[in-house]
Amino acid sequence: MNIIYELMEKLLPFSWVSYDFMKNALLAILIITPLFGILGTMIVNNKMAFFSDSLGHSALTGIAIGIMFGISDINISMVLYAVIFALLLNTIKRKRTLSTDTIISVFASFSMAIGLMVLSIGGNFSQYSNLLVGDILSISPKEILYLLVTFIITIIFWLLAFNKLHAISINESLARSKNINIRLLDNLFVVIIAVIVMLSIKWIGILIINALLILPAAASKNIASNVREYHLFSVIISVFSGIVGLILSYYINTATGPTIVIIVSIFFFMTYMGKRIFK
Amino acid sequence: MGVFAIDNMKKKVLNKNKENINHDSQCGFHCIQMQDIEVTLGQNTILSDVNIHIHCGHLTTIIGRNGAGKSTLIKAITGEIPYKGKILFQDIRLNKMLDMKVGYVPQHINIEKNTPTSVYDLFASFISNRPVFLYKDKYLYQEIKESLSLFDAQNLIDKTVSDLSGGELQRVLLSIALNPIPNLLLLDEPISGIDRNGMELFYSNLNELKLHYDLAIIMVSHDFEFVRKYSDHVILLDGTIIKEGPPDEVLDSPEFENVFGKV
Repeated sequence: MNIIYELMEKLLPFSWVSYDFMKNALLAILIITPLFGILGTMIVNNKMAFFSDSLGHSALTGIAIGIMFGISDINISMVLYAVIFALLLNTIKRKRTLSTDTIISVFASFSMAIGLMVLSIGGNFSQYSNLLVGDILSISPKEILYLLVTFIITIIFWLLAFNKLHAISINESLARSKNINIRLLDNLFVVIIAVIVMLSIKWIGILIINALLILPAAASKNIASNVREYHLFSVIISVFSGIVGLILSYYINTATGPTIVIIVSIFFFMTYMGKRIFK
Repeated sequence: MGVFAIDNMKKKVLNKNKENINHDSQCGFHCIQMQDIEVTLGQNTILSDVNIHIHCGHLTTIIGRNGAGKSTLIKAITGEIPYKGKILFQDIRLNKMLDMKVGYVPQHINIEKNTPTSVYDLFASFISNRPVFLYKDKYLYQEIKESLSLFDAQNLIDKTVSDLSGGELQRVLLSIALNPIPNLLLLDEPISGIDRNGMELFYSNLNELKLHYDLAIIMVSHDFEFVRKYSDHVILLDGTIIKEGPPDEVLDSPEFENVFGKV
């Protein structure tokens, strides 16, 4: 870690680089924003915005469970809970007995209420309010390692499975006729989203994490004409907004998550206007 | 088949496949048997006692009112929904059971307006594992182009899928279903939103397929005029098979009139 820190201090001639928490934050952003850009394309195509939003809210419950059982690393209980929650939502969604929106809403509300109830025992929920907007100071080198592992797994998964996920998203029956294992891939996809959301939620914030998953892809969708451009623009917008948002939030002393979201949103509006003017 | 302008590329594809047929086995020796197919979803029995026997080189059309179980039958055959009963694929000459490859042409695809997916992206996602988000594979691109050329759709390869007309999309989907060439081609009402010329072209394309490939076709359709003209066998479905036979026989039967009224 120290080697990376020294390298960053040499390469980046800015005053903020001297703070370790800024270096950690920058590393985390460099790892996580490309993943947001990549996964977002599929989330937007599959109209899963509501799903990922609910997943983010379930973080509260994961934290509550961790505290209840005295688990020292809260990340573990968050990730475990979110994975189970995501798989549960997926299974219920596949049964198609109620409309998907309703089911997700019921489970998300129930789960979030449990989390809020447990965390508010004794009347001191305010100590958790940081979770809502995120706290960039909270990133530890251990969490950066988690992120790095997740990054590598996600990239491998995407290389191996993107075509199949894309096929499933276009038409499940057609994908099935090409011998694609729909349930397995769909489950793996939501598990990966769950892990990534949970590992970034503490410093990005429950209220805005979904924006970072959806907006880069949504902005890219406005200007891309094929899958390659869609990914490329989405990753560029995501990474650029992440870095600029972090630095800006340092200088104007604001929460980093919302600052990043504002920059991505500006990208969305620009590409949206651009599309209307040029097409 | 005047509609079918055969250019060089297409000839190449057809010849390639003819070779395959000769190496495999001649048309007419394969048959697909569905025995006592029954599908229940929850409490409802949607299909029961469905027995179908199909030979390759035949176009079998399934007709029936809404909710008669047509799409359900198609989904049972693709394995998407569970069913009771047996689906067998047999080589009569060798008297051997084979694994059946199924090609499927869906009614709709989930690509809304402005989705950045080109025809290449769509096609490659279904037939290849080379990640389409990373690069455009030269060989794959060529292979897809050849597949598309079967239906004179090779020029559509770089177009955005959501910009295609109904007829163009149909030809693309048909090419996907035929790569690799299946033993059974399933078409689930594949011609909604296509004008008369488009339908004529579509049906003559199917006819051409029957002639050149060793495959059987099952289609769900409502266009009785074309059903009469192009089908080899017609099945009238309403929870079970209530009438089947040659098109004229079924379309002029009292059972048909019961379901659809006078047409």
